[in-house]
Amino acid sequence: MRLTELTLAEARKRLRGREFSAAELTEAHLEAIAALNPRLNAYITVTEELAKSQAEAADQALARGDAGPLAGIPLAIKDLFCTEGVRTTAGSRILAPFVPPYESTVTAQLKRDGAVFLGKANLDEFAMGSSNMTSAFGPVENPWKRKGAEAAKLVPGGSSGGSAAAVAAQLALGATGTDTGGSIRQPAAFCGIAGIKPTYGRCSRWGIVAFASSLDQAGPFARTVEDCAILLRSMAGHDPKDSTSADRPVPDYEAACRRSIKGLKIGIPREYRAPGMPAEIEELWERGMAWLKDAGADAQEVSLPHTKYGLATYYIVAPAEASSNLARYDGVRFGMRVESDDLLELYERTRAQGFGPEVKRRILIGTYVLSAGYYEAYYLRAQKVRALILRDFTEAFSRVDVLLTPTAPSAAFEQGAKMDDPVQMYLNDIFTVPASMAGLPAISVPAGLDAQGLPLGLQLIGRPFDEETVFAVAAALERAAGFTHLPQIRAGV
Amino acid sequence: MSLDSATVRRIARLARIHLEEAELPRLQAELNGILGWIEQLNELDVTHVEPLTGPTQMALKMREDLVTDGNIREQILANAPDRAGDYFAVPKVVE
Repeated sequence: MRLTELTLAEARKRLRGREFSAAELTEAHLEAIAALNPRLNAYITVTEELAKSQAEAADQALARGDAGPLAGIPLAIKDLFCTEGVRTTAGSRILAPFVPPYESTVTAQLKRDGAVFLGKANLDEFAMGSSNMTSAFGPVENPWKRKGAEAAKLVPGGSSGGSAAAVAAQLALGATGTDTGGSIRQPAAFCGIAGIKPTYGRCSRWGIVAFASSLDQAGPFARTVEDCAILLRSMAGHDPKDSTSADRPVPDYEAACRRSIKGLKIGIPREYRAPGMPAEIEELWERGMAWLKDAGADAQEVSLPHTKYGLATYYIVAPAEASSNLARYDGVRFGMRVESDDLLELYERTRAQGFGPEVKRRILIGTYVLSAGYYEAYYLRAQKVRALILRDFTEAFSRVDVLLTPTAPSAAFEQGAKMDDPVQMYLNDIFTVPASMAGLPAISVPAGLDAQGLPLGLQLIGRPFDEETVFAVAAALERAAGFTHLPQIRAGV
Repeated sequence: MSLDSATVRRIARLARIHLEEAELPRLQAELNGILGWIEQLNELDVTHVEPLTGPTQMALKMREDLVTDGNIREQILANAPDRAGDYFAVPKVVE
């Protein structure tokens, strides 16, 4: 077996058993990246030297017997996490020259636990997108191919498209992502891997380039649910530098994956049916219910009546917060600058050339909905609808333990599709946005293939801070689905 | 509500983003497409609903009002596009 094919849990065990070294494991991944990244474009920056020195340190720690829980595990880091001394672009031209002098809390914790950073993963610009097509560093190719149409390049989803593609193509054992409206779960589904957005507040946002601060949350990608559980334990935890991070103990998520789901109540929200959704997604959803019943859970229908308003609410709240957060990019303190003799013109030209079209659209929408005379009609109304969406979930969770839904209304689509009408692209996140608005933990589990051979995911949404139940049900779903398919493009093929 | 081109220009000014005249028609159409789609929220009666500002209803933690870092001038200035001594440099704004 190739070292790049291992699960994270298996690699961890064999590293501890000294069957191979962290240096060998890292080298295998760097070779795979060298071979495939020119095509997939999953990494914006490859940190070869850093990876090698971290691997060496991990080997020393393993030899001494004081290795951290992730010692020697090679990861991809979404290029939205500030990494000390390593360029952090957020997928934007405006941050192309930015080298952070500090490390984000999440990546600092991964380093503390011994992880190896292979590089910075590609993403939609400022995490705004569902296809990775808005990156200033070029699109990412999904390693999966449509049957009989191998030449067509598909998107990996977004915004964490590079992270998902890297893990699926075996260019990393796991990756970090961030999820504001679906940016972990939708690419996980499109790339046939697992990805979880934990409860808002579970991971510190400190040092993550901000998009929409009341929604942004970090989470892991991996090829198994258990591997996600291992990574989340290292990423999560209270941070005094983020006052919205929750001061609660971080449970053993790995142990939660082995819990029985006997007697758990699974809610099936009847509103999670999108117009034009392929029948095979509906069928997979029904199969998912049957699998969980076979594992001893009870399924019942629930109603989340404000589901259909989730996306429109999101496209007021997220751009409003983004327009405020992105005001900092003015060409003065960091990032690129377009020179001018006039300060106002310097700002306007820098931002015009530094931001891509989708980011500009969202800044303008956000500026408009917050502007005098429109604040109440748009922003305040959206905050009220957000309260109704949260109330729907709170009521559903008084009767059930977890919700089962499809992750996305389609499988991966072709690069360049859905680009003419922004709203068509936004509809990708129809099933992932409501949990984001309510701050709830939600995971996507690869559950089957469509008729064209592309992966489809199922989503599980849990109560606030009850990632353990989410992991338990996700692991049961994963066992029942037995998803062992691999993408056509991957390391060593 | 539909945005006219003057309003799009005004928003762009507020957002400090320069727009070329040629970009305007397309951008105006896109923004109106998004805002038209958002109008669906008007179907809902939200008269007695309290707005939700964020997903966590927990009280924010307080911390001691203490300086925890400092004396990192070079780190702060390291990414500056232009500097003059220990300051960020911008075009002259006061005649």
